[in-house]
Amino acid sequence: MSGVRLLVGTRKGAFVLTSDGARKHWDVSGPHFAGWEVYHVKGSPVDPNRLYASQSSGWFGQLIQRSSDGGKTWEPVGNNFEYDGVAGTHQWYDGTPHPWEFKRVWHLEPSLSDPDAVYAGVEDAALFHSTDAGATWQELSGLRRHASGPAWQPGAGGMCLHTIILDPSNHQRMFIAISAAGAFRTDDGGATWRPINRGLHSAYIPDPSAEVGHCVHHVAMHRSRPNVLFMQKHWDVMRSDDAGDNWHEVSGDLPTDFGFVVDVHAHEPETVYVVPIKSDSEHFPLDGKLRVYRSRTGGNEWEALANGLPQRDCYVNVLRDAMAVDSLDSCGVYFGTTGGQVYASSDAGDNWAAIVRDLPPVLSVEVQTLA
Amino acid sequence: MIRLSLPAQLRRLAQVGSELELHVDGAATQRSVLDALETSYPMLCGTIRDQATKERRAFVRFFACGRDLSHDLPDELLPEAVASGLEPLLVVGAIAGG
Repeated sequence: MSGVRLLVGTRKGAFVLTSDGARKHWDVSGPHFAGWEVYHVKGSPVDPNRLYASQSSGWFGQLIQRSSDGGKTWEPVGNNFEYDGVAGTHQWYDGTPHPWEFKRVWHLEPSLSDPDAVYAGVEDAALFHSTDAGATWQELSGLRRHASGPAWQPGAGGMCLHTIILDPSNHQRMFIAISAAGAFRTDDGGATWRPINRGLHSAYIPDPSAEVGHCVHHVAMHRSRPNVLFMQKHWDVMRSDDAGDNWHEVSGDLPTDFGFVVDVHAHEPETVYVVPIKSDSEHFPLDGKLRVYRSRTGGNEWEALANGLPQRDCYVNVLRDAMAVDSLDSCGVYFGTTGGQVYASSDAGDNWAAIVRDLPPVLSVEVQTLA
Repeated sequence: MIRLSLPAQLRRLAQVGSELELHVDGAATQRSVLDALETSYPMLCGTIRDQATKERRAFVRFFACGRDLSHDLPDELLPEAVASGLEPLLVVGAIAGG
């Protein structure tokens, strides 16, 4: 019997939501790590019972938790994230050099082939790797040592490496994104990196077309077409057809192209989802109406999906890692809000229902499709 | 034996009760007590002090005998009442909202 398991990170703990393939009735377990911020929880693609969770707190710092039974039990593993060598400086809000300081893990990306291997994207922006199931972490410092590193600046949410995408067709290739430096790609397993921001235009930086400095909010890829990337930037929804070498805008007829999440249908690589947010200063849906927008044409032409979503007085946000899709025959789409709701659609977005309504603010949603 | 009280979040993490006892080699100081704590409960590494610099995390405080010891140097002797086990050393999460 197939099923799905949602891994939900919130401001005050993690929750595991499970359902069978019908996705009508859900069991909710949690909070795990009650009282702690859980920025991200993600499972291994090769061993769905192996989960990794990023648990942090302003008081007690960063922990990494690992589960080997699908989230029923957890054990703390290594949490020592030391920058490689002399950390150096990046640019602070006032333009002065500021030492790189580890703050938290935003995103965990398990390997596509080894359940004991996992990447961690951290604030201040850097990429770490573990090959012993999270016991120890080593920085892939080629990224932070890129020549542009000293010029990187934090966005309003901090200088975070929040997106890690592994290329399923080329294990040497990986994409990451940093707010507010932009997107980068490695073609040699993380040793060296190049910015991939050509075509991005950001009016809020001195040179709107600069090589780095763009506030990329999230990037998504369909595993069957790893050269095609979709990006939700601070403003603008973007697309690349050449693995990030060039980008063009596909915001098209969206009512606003500010937002955080972007994701791709599990079986239709040209079907893309975003949740438009009013503006950079008003982080809530337009007109109090929560709507997912779907493009079946790879961008530009978008349709509003509102059936089952609140259409009045809704002023929540949907954060960058808080949308996911399952891979059941009828693709399920899920997203969480800062109001604590987790919405699910078992028909690719046509109809929505809340699985839960009153969790703490949702930071991340991942889904596992279980055999 | 040194008696140590942890905040609730760290008690759950270490799976200990409201107070635990630690054997400390040599003089009882903040450093020697935290060394002993982290040896016995490695999951607490990094939660009270930075793993590299060993500096106290900003929103963690050390109280004992009605005093705030947070700004004492790590190698200063703890009060005799703590060293003798008469009074616990309290590790406290600072009031900081959230």
